[in-house]
Amino acid sequence: MNSIISIKNLSKVYKGGHKALNRINLDIDKGEIIALLGPNGAGKTTLISTICGIVSPTGGSVSVGGNDIIKNFRESRQLIGLVPQELTLGAFETVWNTIQFSRGLFGKKRDDNYLEQLLKDLSLWDKKNNELRTLSGGMKRRVLIAKALSHQPKILFLDEPTAGVDVELRKDMWNIVRKLRDSGVTIILTTHYIEEAEEIADRIGVISGGELLLIEDKQVLMQKLGKKQLVLEITETIDSIPESLSHYDLALDENANKLIYTYDTGGDGTGITKLLQTLQESGLQLKDMQTTQSSLEDIFVTLVHKGSDNKDMDHQEAKVGGAS
Amino acid sequence: MNLNLQAIKVIYKYEMLRSWKTLFQSLASPVISTALYFVVFGSAIGSRIDTIEGVPYGLFIVPGLTMLSLLTQSISNASFGIFFPKFTGSIYEVLSAPVSFFEIMVGYVGAAASKSFILGIVILITASFFVELRIEHPIWMVSFLILTCISFSLFGFIIGLWANNFEKLQVIPLLVITPLVFLGGSFYSVSMLPPFWQTVTLFNPVLYLVSGFRWSFFEVSDVNVGLSLAMVVVFLLACLGVISWMFKTGYRLKE
Repeated sequence: MNSIISIKNLSKVYKGGHKALNRINLDIDKGEIIALLGPNGAGKTTLISTICGIVSPTGGSVSVGGNDIIKNFRESRQLIGLVPQELTLGAFETVWNTIQFSRGLFGKKRDDNYLEQLLKDLSLWDKKNNELRTLSGGMKRRVLIAKALSHQPKILFLDEPTAGVDVELRKDMWNIVRKLRDSGVTIILTTHYIEEAEEIADRIGVISGGELLLIEDKQVLMQKLGKKQLVLEITETIDSIPESLSHYDLALDENANKLIYTYDTGGDGTGITKLLQTLQESGLQLKDMQTTQSSLEDIFVTLVHKGSDNKDMDHQEAKVGGAS
Repeated sequence: MNLNLQAIKVIYKYEMLRSWKTLFQSLASPVISTALYFVVFGSAIGSRIDTIEGVPYGLFIVPGLTMLSLLTQSISNASFGIFFPKFTGSIYEVLSAPVSFFEIMVGYVGAAASKSFILGIVILITASFFVELRIEHPIWMVSFLILTCISFSLFGFIIGLWANNFEKLQVIPLLVITPLVFLGGSFYSVSMLPPFWQTVTLFNPVLYLVSGFRWSFFEVSDVNVGLSLAMVVVFLLACLGVISWMFKTGYRLKE
């Protein structure tokens, strides 16, 4: 088995009775990038915090590198680096001291060469003697990443790493993430920027209401759930779809001059050739045509809506999708 | 036991470093206030007081004054040390590191107690400029000093874990500790009180601390020195008990 993190029936109910995680099952493979998507309050941060030891689970188990996160917390935490969502840093320490502190906490001996290179990679080297309180938000975010990487972890958790971050830092960050992945580090990130998940992740998980609705290979997910639409603009307006076209999955737009054909790219044939032929036979004149593909964002919105409408049904889907 | 010594070392080191930056405030304010006490109580008022149990008044108040600073500084150092990372949220790092609660406590409390110990020595040196200091039992004196620093740093650590705002951080030192120190025989011998208040004072734990500490200087005490030592040890164990319960339940650290 190649999984580096194995989560079994993980649940968390907070003191007030809020069910933040509900029997989550997930295996994360070594060296992959997983993006966890979900609306605010979905349970993404609770999931990460539980794996890292900040939140105590109320049910289930997690093992990291084969070590139970409670029984063998030293071995499991040794493997993990965490970049939290909030800019939670001290105020009066210098950048250099704070990363030395982080490395020491993980029981690692000083390695000034490694830390120097780390700060250089994160464009922080010239700020190494600055106090944390004097840094800008973006710089603080970089320091948090440096702290998380200071002990050379095998797994990196990035909780909303690009929230409130400028374009340049975001680009830098994704370069670092790719570099880390190339060096064998497993990366689990949560993000609101769906296009980022689309661009960088190998697998995508969708969490809502404390449940893992789906975890799937990005390409497979796009194929499985990605619907395409063909918009056929005609020269005249019509009252209704002609009888001869009724057996196609067609919709008429509100201006009554566009026919929208939804089809599945995963199927054997799209049926487009036949549709166009029938269209011509029906006497309608084609003015223009275009195709659109649903993005991950559409998939995400659909899933989350479905999740709140019919949780049970989606849970079944997640179980099917989660078998990796 | 498999200890993460490196982690204890860095917590200790960076806690000490934090004080180093404010060294002047950390030392100047207790030194100045101690000097003021000597001027007011030792010289101005003390000159009108003969001796207490054969000890000149200025000298008699040295152990009590030292304890006053030691107790308040131990509590404030330790409580702030753990409260501040909780307040900024940076505690996440310690909680997600391969560090046990025991190691976290040793790092923070060890640093707070060390700072208080240094402060105690500095206050005694300051006192020696005003009075001719004599210490009959130096080993006992240092032992009391160390035990007090550790036990009240543990107590401060509890306050720091318990507090979820700055007000709570201040309330115990201000409303409980300071009155107990003042009424615990820091500036007088309990035998000077009417019998009823003597009995009441016996319920003040600080009395045992000051009395034992004073005995190590002048062999003069309100209660037996063995009892003093036992009380300090009981207090230390009680603090450890509370902390271990807090750690077990993750009280205000882990959800």
